[in-house]
Amino acid sequence: MKEINIQEVITAVEKLCVEANCILDTDMAGALEHALITEESLQGREVIKLLLENASIAAKEMVPICQDTGMAVLFAEIGQDLHISGGFLTGALNEGVRRGYEKGFLRKSIVKDPFNRVNTGDNTPAVVHYDIVEGDKLTLTLAPKGFGSENMGALKMLKPSDGLEGVMDFVVETVEKAGANPCPPVIVGVGVGGTMEKAAILAKKALLRTVGESHCQEEYARLEQELLLRINRLGIGPQGFGGRITALAVNMEVFPTHIAGLPAAVNINCHAARHRKIVLEGRESIQ
Amino acid sequence: MTDMHPANVKRVTAPFLNEQAKEFRCGDQILLNGVIYTGRDAAHQKIVKSLEQGEQLPFELKGQVIYFVGPSPAPPGKVIGSAGPTTSGRMDAYSPKLIAEGLKGMIGKGSRSLEVIEAMKRFGAVYLGAIGGAGALLAACIKKSEIIAYPELGTEAVRRLEVADFPVVVLIDSLGQNLYELGKQSYRR
Ligand code: SF4
Repeated sequence: MKEINIQEVITAVEKLCVEANCILDTDMAGALEHALITEESLQGREVIKLLLENASIAAKEMVPICQDTGMAVLFAEIGQDLHISGGFLTGALNEGVRRGYEKGFLRKSIVKDPFNRVNTGDNTPAVVHYDIVEGDKLTLTLAPKGFGSENMGALKMLKPSDGLEGVMDFVVETVEKAGANPCPPVIVGVGVGGTMEKAAILAKKALLRTVGESHCQEEYARLEQELLLRINRLGIGPQGFGGRITALAVNMEVFPTHIAGLPAAVNINCHAARHRKIVLEGRESIQ
Repeated sequence: MTDMHPANVKRVTAPFLNEQAKEFRCGDQILLNGVIYTGRDAAHQKIVKSLEQGEQLPFELKGQVIYFVGPSPAPPGKVIGSAGPTTSGRMDAYSPKLIAEGLKGMIGKGSRSLEVIEAMKRFGAVYLGAIGGAGALLAACIKKSEIIAYPELGTEAVRRLEVADFPVVVLIDSLGQNLYELGKQSYRR
């Protein structure tokens, strides 16, 4: 059996927090470079140029790409043959977030109670999604989420009779309603099927995909392309100033669902789409 | 039609003089200089409460520009952390009251309510857009930052900023012309 000490987890999460917030992923940078060529609006191109310039300043000076360094969302995939030693895993993930947000001079945006709204002061707790998987590794993906874009997400329990068209219309309407709020150009995550919460998690997970990669099944890849076309016909454009490139990608994830339902969720990510992954291998434990 | 040529970029100094805010037109690109103040939801709530109770405000509103921003902490040796705009819609409930008191400009991102636009038309104010998510670039245009009120609000405290060539676009002018609508119309198909 392999073993990982929580100290290693803490250090890994700390590093993920700082890097995810200060260094724009190469896939996103590439998508923006490409948009610079395809965008027709002059003002739109001007915006994209400034966004690329912003990313290079952020990486050079190690300051956040965006001041909203988000709520820390963590996906943890735990290999079932791995033993985590030295303490409580959830505690370690939060400690990593605490240290990362402090040392990286990242903004602390979390309030302890949704009603009385007092800041926790250290950006914890994180939202953690656990999955038990085969093997003996721990895979951590951090996706800090700003709320300009998070607030524009939506969930709808459609009827089976609404079908594919109903889901597509819902996705396009949600992006149209969002307008300039989620800082376009955006990435659109779509989750279809499962239950209410499953659809929402699928939509969030869809945002983790490398930009430019389509769904592995051709029928869904085609739907993603069609949705992207429809969204980019809306005219919202970079920052909502008008233009062709409202979205850089649409990523869809699907799951089996109930005979009576068709849940669909849309989670929008801004151009500061942040996600970073690390795989911790663990050591042979001495029995 | 809404496309702006870089040659059209104007330099403007804040606070604005009497009728100055009325001269801006939707789509104008502006490099802002001078002094502006920061404020988000919590600060707006406090300012409006002070107004209602006749208390002194953190700064005199006449002619001023408020930037809707909650910056990230300043690393050692830096004036301010990352400092891009937040979604303006959350300030819609408060903005008309501030505009009635003489506020001439707001900087943010995203659409505004009809009430805000009506107040802007009535009192001659302008809504400017800074590029959302370009916090590192915008921070480089902020030369001085000082907390002048509500330090207990942390990132939401009111700051007095000195800016140099801070890039903004006129989103809604004092005639109510709206770049979000006009821009979208030009490219919708
Ligand atoms: S929506 Fe994204 S880019 Fe825009 S302010 Fe929020 S976190 Fe930053």
